[in-house]
Amino acid sequence: MAEITYLEAIREALFEEMDRDENVFCLGEDIGVYGGAFKVTEGLQAKFGEKRVIDTPISEIAIIGAAAGAAHMGMKPVCELQFIDFISCGYDMLTNYVATARYRAMLPCPMVVRGPSGGYVRGGPFHSQNPEAAFLHTPGLKMVYPSTASDAKGLLKAAIRDEDCVLFFEHKYLYRRIKEEMPAGDHVVPIGKARVAREGTDVSIITYAATVWKSLEAAAELEKEGISVEVIDLRSLAPMDDEAIVATVKKTNRVLIVHEDTRTGGVAGEITARINELAFEWLDAPILRVTAVDVPLPYSPPLEDYVLPQTADIVKAVRRLAAY
Amino acid sequence: MKQSTAADARSSASMSRNRSTSGLSREQMLELYYYMRLTRSLEERLVNLYRQTKVVGGLFRSLGQEADAVGSAYALDRSKGDILSPLIRNMGSMLVQGATPLEVIRQYMARGDSPTRGRELNIHFGDLVRGFIGQISHLGDMVPVMAGVTLSFKMRGEDRVGLVYVGDGATSTGAFHEGINFAAVQRCPLVVVVENNGYAYSTPLSKQTAARELKDKAVGYGIAAEQADGNDVIATYEATKRAVDRARSGGGVTLVELITYRRKGHAEHDNQSYVPPGEIDKWEKTNDPIDRYIQVLSKDFAVDKTELESIDSRVKSEIDDATDEAEKSPMPEPKDALVGVYADPPEEKPLWFREGVRAAVEVNERPASWGTHDG
Repeated sequence: MAEITYLEAIREALFEEMDRDENVFCLGEDIGVYGGAFKVTEGLQAKFGEKRVIDTPISEIAIIGAAAGAAHMGMKPVCELQFIDFISCGYDMLTNYVATARYRAMLPCPMVVRGPSGGYVRGGPFHSQNPEAAFLHTPGLKMVYPSTASDAKGLLKAAIRDEDCVLFFEHKYLYRRIKEEMPAGDHVVPIGKARVAREGTDVSIITYAATVWKSLEAAAELEKEGISVEVIDLRSLAPMDDEAIVATVKKTNRVLIVHEDTRTGGVAGEITARINELAFEWLDAPILRVTAVDVPLPYSPPLEDYVLPQTADIVKAVRRLAAY
Repeated sequence: MKQSTAADARSSASMSRNRSTSGLSREQMLELYYYMRLTRSLEERLVNLYRQTKVVGGLFRSLGQEADAVGSAYALDRSKGDILSPLIRNMGSMLVQGATPLEVIRQYMARGDSPTRGRELNIHFGDLVRGFIGQISHLGDMVPVMAGVTLSFKMRGEDRVGLVYVGDGATSTGAFHEGINFAAVQRCPLVVVVENNGYAYSTPLSKQTAARELKDKAVGYGIAAEQADGNDVIATYEATKRAVDRARSGGGVTLVELITYRRKGHAEHDNQSYVPPGEIDKWEKTNDPIDRYIQVLSKDFAVDKTELESIDSRVKSEIDDATDEAEKSPMPEPKDALVGVYADPPEEKPLWFREGVRAAVEVNERPASWGTHDG
């Protein structure tokens, strides 16, 4: 089977799920004839028609709210946000309505909200965001953020089949930069399960999305110095795979958490707290974080490169941990 | 559908227009030409810089829409401290308020001495002193902001007016609705210009709204409406001027729909595959705002060719000078990224792994690609 990109893997999942279940439909801005800002949905409307691939007005509240209503009625909506930065426009719908629907009213909300996320692309403050921390704090929403093409496909299929709302973050830097062969058959990756991206024995890096690749680069460099690094790709942020986190802590006793999002109140803080609660006695060193610095993401290359985590930062942090 | 609406508006606007009411002097008429030409030529220069990969991010054009941005902004009174907030195709309005080609080029080139010091892209910048507030990418958000700006004018009894631009697309947002409704209730001195160029990215007006015309939205908010041919700079000026005068005299909010056409894609990368064949061509050949204005100037105001050529060459030399100057501008220093999130503290501390490092990328970056595929 031929290799396909991360972007094509997402598209393949959409085609397969729409084929499989006629209740699956897509809605979003410019996703029909145009095929979406990044062409993720290219060809979808040609195959499934305007009824199931709906071009919406510029209205995130309506996109998310209407998806919820349709989901109550047994449909399986997949919302595309043109950039995930616009999820903030639908924040009220997601956090107040969708996230609480099952709990407060026994209303099912099986829907997916997906969109291009992340930086390293000179997109500036409104086309580079990583919004996961805002929603990690909202009970009722699931969240996945794949780093590989096969996980992107398998997790999107799982998200569409899930009985609750899943936020599906797609890293736009990875869209066309990574490629792999898809597993044969109906490839579904379970939500809530992390993946060991690289085995190692000295230091664990727990990460997700684009910084998985930065971490793997760092691990390869550190190997030359005799430091064996394990890289855990969380894949799902809610629910989080505590078992995988604890297993790697027990194995290496040293943990670095890496994410592209800003530092304060970020996902790394939550992971740190879980390790403290679940595996404190297994630690030989303080848990460290490599994250973006707490500023809105700037546009100019020297500024963006300074703000976002880079491989050199990870190398430096792992060396510090290895010295304990 | 869009085309016929625009064509109808164009013919009715030109039929009903009485040129003597504009009250513009010959000098002002030429100034309008200057700003339109400056807008177009500056964007053409940016295209060159973009192709030389000197523009870091995306490039947004307003080709064919210069008249509506310039004519509407020209209706404000800078001497009174009027303020506007543009959208992505309203660079012309910023130039009218005093933004310079040098600022625009530095901004696109992400330079350290650009108005936002490299933090923001393209024409996302502003200056309260000269009277323009920079937009963000989230459409419609500037409507409530400008409601607040003009609310402050009203609260302080100032003789100032605000103007906010949105596109046809932004009228679908919640922010637009809440902002214009609040301003209407408060009778803020605000002009809301809806620049109807037929497309929001790839989405045609017919998929954006079921309203027959965007100006009809004013009825529901209980505010006045104006509509003009946005490719006729004088008609645009006059319609907006009526709205500005209404706002200044306590008449509250006006929605001004300016009908125009977006001849370029959403941004430079967009190939406009969704546009019906011949549509762009037709607008270019029969309804270019600058061509049309040249006709008006020469027929009705006896402006001769040499006069226009001298403006064109002034524009060219201003842009040449600005380009040379911008090329000399430095990129920002990496650690400038830490400055300015709060007034106090004025600067964030570098993260521990960056202490003593000017930029991580100097130590070990940038691999050709990640993973297995060199995209």
